[in-house]
Parts: sequence; C-alpha cells; structure tokens
Amino acid sequence: MANPTPNPTANPTAMTPQAYLLARGRWHPLEIAFWLATLLPFILFPNYLSLASQIAITALFALSLDLILGYAGVVSLGHAAFFGLGAYSAGLFSKYVWGEPFSGLLVAAALAGLLGYATSFIISRFRHLPLIMITLGLGLLAHEVANSAHWLTGGSDGLQGVRTEPIFGVFRFDLYGKTAYAYSLAVLFIVFLCARRLINSPFGLALRGIRENWNRMPAIGADSRAHIRKAYTIAAIIAGICGALLTQTTNSASLESISFQRSADVLVMLVLGGAGRLYGGLIGAAIFMVARDQFSGIAPQFWYFWIGVLLVAVVMFLPNGILGGLSKIYAKWSRK
Amino acid sequence: MLPPVFGVLFDGIAYGMLLFVLSVGLSVTLGLMNFVNLAHCAFAMLGGYVTVTLVNIFGWPFLATLPVAFIAAAVTSVVLERLLYRRLYRASDLDQVLLTIGLAFISVSVAAYIFGTIQQPIATPAALRGSFEFFGIGLGKYRLFLIGVALLVTLAMVIGLEYTRFGAQVRASVDNQRMARGLGIDVDWTFASTFALGSGLAGLGGSLAIEIVGLDPNFSFTYLVYVLIVVSVGGLGSIAGSFAAAMLIGISDIAGKYYVPELGAFLIYMVMVVVLMWKPAGLFGKR
Amino acid sequence: MSALDTTASAGIALSTSGLSRSFGSLVVARDINLSLPVGARYALIGPNGAGKTTLINLMTGMLPPNAGTIALGGEDITELSPQARVKRGLARTFQINSLFANLNPLEAVTLAVCERRGISPRFWENIGVNKDAIEEAYDILTKLKLGDVAYQTTRELPYGRQRLLEIALALATKPKVLLLDEPAAGVPQEESGDIFEVVASLSDDLTLLFIEHDMHVVFRFATHIIVLVGGAVFTEGSPAQIAADPGVREVYLGKRHHG
Ligand SMILES: Nc1ncnc2c1ncn2[C@@H]1O[C@H](COP(=O)(O)OP(=O)(O)OP(=O)(O)O)[C@@H](O)[C@H]1O
Ligand SMILES: [Mg+2]
Repeated sequence: MANPTPNPTANPTAMTPQAYLLARGRWHPLEIAFWLATLLPFILFPNYLSLASQIAITALFALSLDLILGYAGVVSLGHAAFFGLGAYSAGLFSKYVWGEPFSGLLVAAALAGLLGYATSFIISRFRHLPLIMITLGLGLLAHEVANSAHWLTGGSDGLQGVRTEPIFGVFRFDLYGKTAYAYSLAVLFIVFLCARRLINSPFGLALRGIRENWNRMPAIGADSRAHIRKAYTIAAIIAGICGALLTQTTNSASLESISFQRSADVLVMLVLGGAGRLYGGLIGAAIFMVARDQFSGIAPQFWYFWIGVLLVAVVMFLPNGILGGLSKIYAKWSRK
Repeated sequence: MLPPVFGVLFDGIAYGMLLFVLSVGLSVTLGLMNFVNLAHCAFAMLGGYVTVTLVNIFGWPFLATLPVAFIAAAVTSVVLERLLYRRLYRASDLDQVLLTIGLAFISVSVAAYIFGTIQQPIATPAALRGSFEFFGIGLGKYRLFLIGVALLVTLAMVIGLEYTRFGAQVRASVDNQRMARGLGIDVDWTFASTFALGSGLAGLGGSLAIEIVGLDPNFSFTYLVYVLIVVSVGGLGSIAGSFAAAMLIGISDIAGKYYVPELGAFLIYMVMVVVLMWKPAGLFGKR
Repeated sequence: MSALDTTASAGIALSTSGLSRSFGSLVVARDINLSLPVGARYALIGPNGAGKTTLINLMTGMLPPNAGTIALGGEDITELSPQARVKRGLARTFQINSLFANLNPLEAVTLAVCERRGISPRFWENIGVNKDAIEEAYDILTKLKLGDVAYQTTRELPYGRQRLLEIALALATKPKVLLLDEPAAGVPQEESGDIFEVVASLSDDLTLLFIEHDMHVVFRFATHIIVLVGGAVFTEGSPAQIAADPGVREVYLGKRHHG
C-alpha cells in the first residue's frame, strides 16, 4: 500500500485497474441494438405479440436460472417450483384480494423469495449428484403439492377466476397481446438491469469465483454457502415474478407452470443460448419459443427428438452455447 | 385370514424388487465413474420394447426374450459409452446431465415413432398368470416370479462382486480410482463392462416391468425419477443400499397409493428429500 | 502432556498438539506437535507421501483431524471452518494450482481482497467503485511481478506465472501465517529461484511454513527445518543440525537426487 497508484507502464493497455473493471460494466453497442430490437415486434409482427410476451417471460425465467447455474454453477432441475409458486400466488391474489397487477407481482416475488430463502439452506449444503437430486425432488414435491391442493389451485383443471385489472387502471390486457408484451418487456428490462448490475458487482465476482473453483473459495476466506443462499433467493424471486407475469398476461395458472417439463425446458434454453453470459438465456429462450411455435403442428414427442439431438450436439460441439460459439468466432476473426 | 396390509406389503416388495433391478446398474456405474446417467431408463425401455416385439410379432415365449432384452440393452449402451459418454467422464455434471437428458428425449421420440404412444400389451406365460391364495390374500404368481428373479440377480451380483476377479477390480475402482490405476487395473475397461452389465440389468428390468407398470414411450422419464430416488437414497455404488432403498421406496409408494391415494407421489418424494437432508450421501453411501 | 502447547505464548503464531489423522488403516498424521514462532521461516520436508500436504490440510481445516488441536496466535481454531481460519489470518497455497481459470489475475485477487474487506456480499454496486480494494489487488500483483498479465485470462498464463498467482491469492487475505505447499512445484529450476526470491521478500512479521523438495532452496531460505516421515515428525532443528543429522540423510536426503 506504499504506492497506491499503479505503474501505468506495467500495464499494456495503459488503463488503471479501476478503469478496466469499470469498463467491464459499460454498455456495448450490440446490447443497445439488442434492446432496441425487442421493440420491433410492435411494428413488424403485431399478430405475434402474445408469443412475444411469452418469450419475454421465458427469457426472464432463463435469466433467473442463469444467475444460479451460469454464474454460481449451481445446477437446478426444479426451478419451475418458484415459477409455479409465483404463477399461483399471483392468480390467487387477483382472485381473492384484488386484480391490480403490480401488487400481484410483488406478492408473487415475495412468496417465491421466501420459499427460495427457506430452501436455499438445503440447496447450499449440496453439490453434484445430490444437488441435482434434491432440486429435482423439491421440484416434483412442489408439483405434487399444487396437484393435490385441488381446492386451492384447481389441480389439473387449472386455476379458474383469475382477473387482472388494467395496468395503472388504464391499459387493458387486449386480445392481441399488445399490453401484455409491453408489460412483460418492461418488467424483463428492469429486472435485467438489476441482474446486470448484480453480475458486475463484488457479489457477482464472488459467484463467478464459486463457479470457477469451489474448492479455492474457502482458502481465500469466502463463505460460498452464504453467497449461494443469497443468489438462490434472488433467482427464486425473479422466477416468481416470471410466473406472476404468465398468470397475469394469460389470466390463467396451470400445473404446467410448475412441472418438471418447464424446469427442463428452461435448462435447455439457457444451455442452448450459452450459460453464464447474461444474454444467453434471453437468446436461447427466443430461439426455443419461436421454434416451438413454428413446429407446433408436429407431435410433441418429435419436437423433443430435435431437442434431444440439439442437447447432444451442444454438449459435444458447442460447450458454451450459441453465444459462446459466436464470441469464439468473433475473437478469432478480430485477431486476424 | 391375514389383513390386507400383508397384500400391500407383498405388492410393495415385488415393486421394490423391480425398482432394484432397474436401478442397481445405475448405482454401480455412478459410484464407479461419478457419471450422472439420466438415460439409464432409456436402456430399460429398450429392453421392454425388445421383449414386446419378440413376443407379439415373432411369437417368442416371454421368458426366452429376457436374455435378449438384457443383451440388446447392454450392447447399445456400450456403443453409446464408446461414442459419447467416455468423452464426458471429466466434464462437469451439468454437461453429463444435458447429454443424457438429450439421449432420454431421443429415446422417447424414437419409441413413439416406431411403436406409437399407446401402452404395449404383453402376453405372459399361462404359468405366471393368476395368483395363489395364501391365508386369504392373493399372491400374484408374476410378482412371485419377479421377486425370484430379483433375488437371483442380487445373488449373482453379490457373488460376482465379492468372489470374482472382475468384481475385485470393480470394487477397487469404486473405492479409489487412482490407486486402482496404480495397481494396473484397466479402469476404462472395467467401467465399460460394468456399464454394459448395469444397462443390461436395466433392460431386463424393463422387460419385467411391462406386466406390472406397463410400457409406453414415457417410460424413460417416468421411471427415471424412481430410479434416481432409489440410487440417491441408497447411496452411490452400494448394492445393499440400492436394495434397501428400492424396498423402502417400493413399499412406501404402494402403501401410499393404497392408503392415501390423494397424496399421489408426494410420499416418495418426501422420503427422498428427508433422507437426503439427513444423509446427503444416502443411507449406505460413504461419500 | 500437550496442554503446554496450546497456552497462548506471545511469540507463537501457529501451533498444533497431538494432531492425528488416518485414511482407513493408513496413518497420515501421527501425534504432530509443532509450534511456529512469529516471523519464522520454517521448511517442512519429507519424502513423497510423508503427509506434508495432509498436515497443511489439517491446519487449514480442509481435512478434519481424528484427534488433536490447532491454535492460531493462542486461540484454539480446531473447530473453525476453513474460511473462518483465513479470516483470522491463516492462509495457504496449493501444491497443484487451484486457481480461477476463467478469471484474470486482477479479478481473482480483487475477489480475495473483497472477501477480506467484507464487501463481497454487495450485489447492488459496480465492482469498479471499490477503488481501494482494486488498487490493493493490483499492488499485490505488481509486487509479485504479475502486473503486466493482470488482464490476461488465468488459463492462458504461463505455468510459472500461475504459481505466483497462487501466492498472490493467499497474500490478498493479509495472512499472519502463510503455508506454502511446494510453491515452485513443477517450475523449471532456473525459474524456481524467482519464486523463492518473492517468498523471501515477504514482510518479516509474516510467519512462513513452506514445503519444498529442493534441499538447496531449503537450506538457503529456511531458518528451521521440520522433517516429516510416515506422518510423524522425524526430527526438527536448524539447517545445520538437519544437514548434519545422519538419520535424515538416510531416510530422506540419501534417497533423493537433487542437482
Ligand atoms: N483423501 C485421501 N484419501 C486417501 N488417502 C489419501 C488422501 N489424501 C492423501 N492420502 C494419502 O496420504 C499420504 C500422504 O499424502 P500427502 O499428499 O500428504 O503427501 P505429501 O507429503 O504431500 O507428498 P508429496 O511430496 O508427493 O506432495 C499419501 O500416501 C496419500 O496417498
Ligand atoms: Mg504434497
């Protein structure tokens, strides 16, 4: 600490370390282009705004999984539990309390966060196969609870009587999904900003440390379990928000929202897009959802044939997903 | 007259035996290579469809198809092991999960494409139909047969692992891979053959399962959950553990469905979560 | 008999008493009683498999002992978690690199500094605003001659640089006691001198214990040598005593060939 100003000659880029780390959090032009592009559906595909809204919600869900899986390396096969809890609580809130959407969102986020916090004490104790099993088990358990609590959730018939009031009392959820998409997109963007801030924070760095080397963390004085508990709770909150969005924009909540299928799908999307890259989940979700919409004519089992082939291919040939592959090509190309 | 609880117990034991045959292979391979193979039940399903095809189309007797189911699953698994699995032994568990979930998805689609999504009918030999009356409870003959087969498998595995050279190599590799390599054991080969045997047993289990739980393309996933529960509750690499866990899960599931049907599968998930929280390495696990 | 060792004597930085551990039937630590005075430069030597790494694992809490206690600055830390020990000033490096492959040295060391300063739970602020922490991290890197690779991914660094980063990470925790597990392991002889120069330049208040096989290095840098054989302390003493000890020659020096 004798010399607080670093020697600039030792640094080829002539950038102070602080400036270097600050620059990491700066917006890239491609990011701005990406977010501008999310507005295009309003103009180009006005008939597909409902789908666009579903994509935005799913993208946010993938982002939430990315925080724990991509950044902290915590594999979860039961993330839909929080999505489903958010979906049902927003639905029930609108049914029994009132239909104002923002308060419904907050209630769903709070409940999912509570469940996330409670289960994070279990999750953070495990790694590897036991972790996969525990998340799978908790996810299936959540599904069974929703299924057996027929009196509350409507079981396999789905939750009836959800009514969402207009946003700000003005913007009705219309048939074309215009309001739905605007609403979902706005929430996605706001939560994305928070997540972006989080991954560029000291906490985000600690999460990456956990992912990179779990064994080293205690040797630098880090309490990885405390970090994981926190990340897991935050991810659960976001997943709860996603579920609430789905309920509010579709005026229904079903068992599908809390199923293993949803947990597996979101994992596929994230890995396809590229985990640990913030935009990976968003891009993966967009591709997955558009593809599923395009192939909606074919029987679901054949859809899953291609998903299976895709998974094998990604694991074998594209270990960091589409974004990982692209950035590799970009790096090669810019080095020339 | 015996109260119905004995009937439930009998069915639970038979079901547990079936789960044991389905899952013991996965337990051993997981313990050996720490490879998370979520496609294990795809091999079981393969065995099931081999039996169905041979019986229904080629008119083979049911019992004669069992060894074929075993071999078909074993051979397929070894091909996949050489082509895909072995490249991921050092990879993260996430990659292993993704690869094998992908294979399971593919297996579901292929089965649906070839056989359709309906439940497959199967004709078991007349000798295995019906049941014995035993102090007022019916003991299904097929279930007795199943228990017999499972006990034979257990016996063969225990003898194979405890008293043969191959078994010694497997045990050494499970205990301490580095040391096993140091002792000149070909761990790769040991794993490939264990993997084949484990998948073969799954294939056998798949054939045996048809009569009890039916067979449709979703078998890969429906029973995967049960198998994973058995393996993680029992503890990786432990035959005794798998056996105990299979019994526990089999009996709890049947009893739960009989006495508190409204709980659905809640009970076994609960059993799993509680056991894992209490003993993360499973009942008989050492890691 | 070992009660004496755990009493807080002002000059002792780290001590163990009756520390024992076995893996199955293999005893890897047998009733180990050691004490390191503040500012000491101790070397721990012994043949391969003697249990040297295991001893560091026991001291740092990465492996629970079967019996015995460990005291840091007079405080019993036997029951503490590894990270709590680090917080109290006990750091280590690893014989086999244990780094953050996809972070760069600046990020990795900043992470360690943030953990020490207690700012790593902050998820709401950009890491860049923590000027002091970042500059402290960069200082450590320049001190270890890693300033010029601070922004390069760890994975791509030459091996010798990675060994230095191992030390940098440990230093970022501001240790009172630093345990170095073969800091120059795998580094070509001509470079290993550089690494030990760095080690030698560390502050005098820092208590140091290092494992090393190269006896030239040991005799040059250590003020005191502990010889571990078969999990037990075979003997200990000054470099001159150890060099003259015929028993050490037999069990250790005689069997190894170092140039
Ligand atoms: N987790 C473990 N399980 C079983 N045996 C172990 C374990 N860790 C170490 N051992 C054994 O304990 C003994 C001591 O190992 P240790 O790594 O402490 O030796 P070392 O003195 O550091 O040797 P080297 O000079 O090769 O680094 C070795 O025989 C090793 O095989
Ligand atoms: Mg060692």
